[in-house]
Amino acid sequence: MADITPAVTAAPAPRRGRQLRRLSRRLPLTAKIGAAILLFWILTVLTVQFWPLADPLAMVGRRLQPPSAAHWLGTDALGRDVFSRTLHGSIWSIPIAIVVVACAVSIGSFLGAISGFFGGWWDTIIMRLVDVTVAFPPILLAMAVAAMLGPGLANASIAMVIVWWPIYARLMRAQVLEVKEREHVEAAVAGGAGGLRVLRVHVLPLCWTPTLINATMDFGQVVLLAASLSFIGLGATPPSPEWGSMISEGATRFYDWWIAFGPGMAILSVVLATSFLGDGLRDLFDRRSA
Amino acid sequence: MLAYVLRRLISIPFLLLGVASVSFLLSQMTKGDPLAALVPERMMSNPEIVETVKAQWGLDQPLPIRYLRYLGNLVQGDLGTSFATRRPVATDIAERLPATLELVIAAMIIGTAMGLTLGLLSARFRGSAFDSIARIFALIGSSLPIFWSGLILLYVLSVRLAIVPGTGRLPPRIAPPPHHTGFYTVDALIAGDLSLFVQALTHLALPAFVLGWAVTGIITRLVRSSIVEGLSLDYARTARAKGAPERVVLVRHALPNALIPLLTILGFTFAYLITGAVLTEAIFSWPGIGSYAVRAAGALDYPAIGGVTIVGSVAFLLANLLTDIAYAWANPRIKVH
Repeated sequence: MADITPAVTAAPAPRRGRQLRRLSRRLPLTAKIGAAILLFWILTVLTVQFWPLADPLAMVGRRLQPPSAAHWLGTDALGRDVFSRTLHGSIWSIPIAIVVVACAVSIGSFLGAISGFFGGWWDTIIMRLVDVTVAFPPILLAMAVAAMLGPGLANASIAMVIVWWPIYARLMRAQVLEVKEREHVEAAVAGGAGGLRVLRVHVLPLCWTPTLINATMDFGQVVLLAASLSFIGLGATPPSPEWGSMISEGATRFYDWWIAFGPGMAILSVVLATSFLGDGLRDLFDRRSA
Repeated sequence: MLAYVLRRLISIPFLLLGVASVSFLLSQMTKGDPLAALVPERMMSNPEIVETVKAQWGLDQPLPIRYLRYLGNLVQGDLGTSFATRRPVATDIAERLPATLELVIAAMIIGTAMGLTLGLLSARFRGSAFDSIARIFALIGSSLPIFWSGLILLYVLSVRLAIVPGTGRLPPRIAPPPHHTGFYTVDALIAGDLSLFVQALTHLALPAFVLGWAVTGIITRLVRSSIVEGLSLDYARTARAKGAPERVVLVRHALPNALIPLLTILGFTFAYLITGAVLTEAIFSWPGIGSYAVRAAGALDYPAIGGVTIVGSVAFLLANLLTDIAYAWANPRIKVH
């Protein structure tokens, strides 16, 4: 645990650069591949509208053409280019996964930290809430919430945050419970520091490692669940080229396999990349739980 | 041990109450008219029926009373009436549950068998090419969107190669075996109809494999790491020193070491299996509660979704409880808090 402290506390800029370089040298090859794939998708999200691709929403060729030189992944039932739609699909999936993971981490960690640090009634209420939330099978809870709120990506994202926050609440609580017993915390309390200040300055900075590793791993799972909800018809709505809804279009046109091929590979690449990267990071920083 | 099991048992009703309360709150948040979900449309004009349903569900009452009515109905097994099928949700679910259970159990068997085999062999030949291939196979299984892998495998194996039959539980126009367990494979055997059994089994094979593959990754990983650990322990060295062949050390000495963690992970994989079953059923037109839930979600059939959610949660809680009990029983060293 000691070796992560410098990465978390603010270090002078040059030292941080050197640490990043050392870190990247120690990462295994698979983790680097994972990081590269994620970087590729993030770059795609940022720049895809400038790429020389067919309009993802316009009819650009004959309907249901198999892959060819003109349309690398063929065309769908409305004559749209599947390759272009797959790349454009990242604009939906990646930012949504980032937002969902960020919200789940913030809400979960906040409640988990309060629960672990203050204990008592806070702990009881928050942890019972966690127990009830995790008593639902994740996809059913997400489906129920998304259906109640109505279809749409925003509502699907809310549903996913509701499914995911308890994981982070439990992680953070366990971490805070452990760190708050340490001597430097005791010293801070003895020195007269107030509760919130002790939590913020002396406890929280030492608690983030498992959360960040888990968040990396979960990123792919969120992409997967978001696509699943869209596949069921609770997420993105046509004609947006979201990966899950593209696969559901492919499922209705069974013999034209190429409609679903691209988006499926895209999801697979993101999920594999995050588990590669997450595994690598965990081996580096958190050997005990590996 | 007994105290622990008792404490877990006591917590179950509270968790169920929580689950029911959340489901109730969700159903209250819908923008639609709750009455529309309870009364068939053509009976809406009949004030008598509308009044009866209103009274039954207490729709004319304030929120706390409605909540109590809801819980009362739940306790009696009344999950409401499906918007789409116009039948009690509980009846719909009961009818479709065996199909889901058959799929999930078959997937669990396939996943555990593949996971154990791959884990065992990769631990035995760790560092070899087999180890890497097994790891990649397992990793891909847990990373694939199941609704996509099912689709692609169905296309390749059924449409292209015609190795497996298409979707559904039986070929079209084939009558299911007489109902005993609701599992077509078992019922066909009970009826003594071997060709029907083969047909049911071949229809089950691909969806069960797709679903089982999804949990193979977790199991392989766990079995491999606990066997690798077991092989390095003193008792394995002793067995080798006494001249036991590596195969015996592996199966008799290291494998049991992996079985206890396997017990705990099975409860955990159940969550994956439920998620996977929902999507697998949608792809393979499998008439279970998963495809029922998907259809309900698409049609915004709130009582049906709520019903499936509650039934799924009960199954989930029971699976976790059984896992915990099995774990505590298998390994008395664990201090349960």
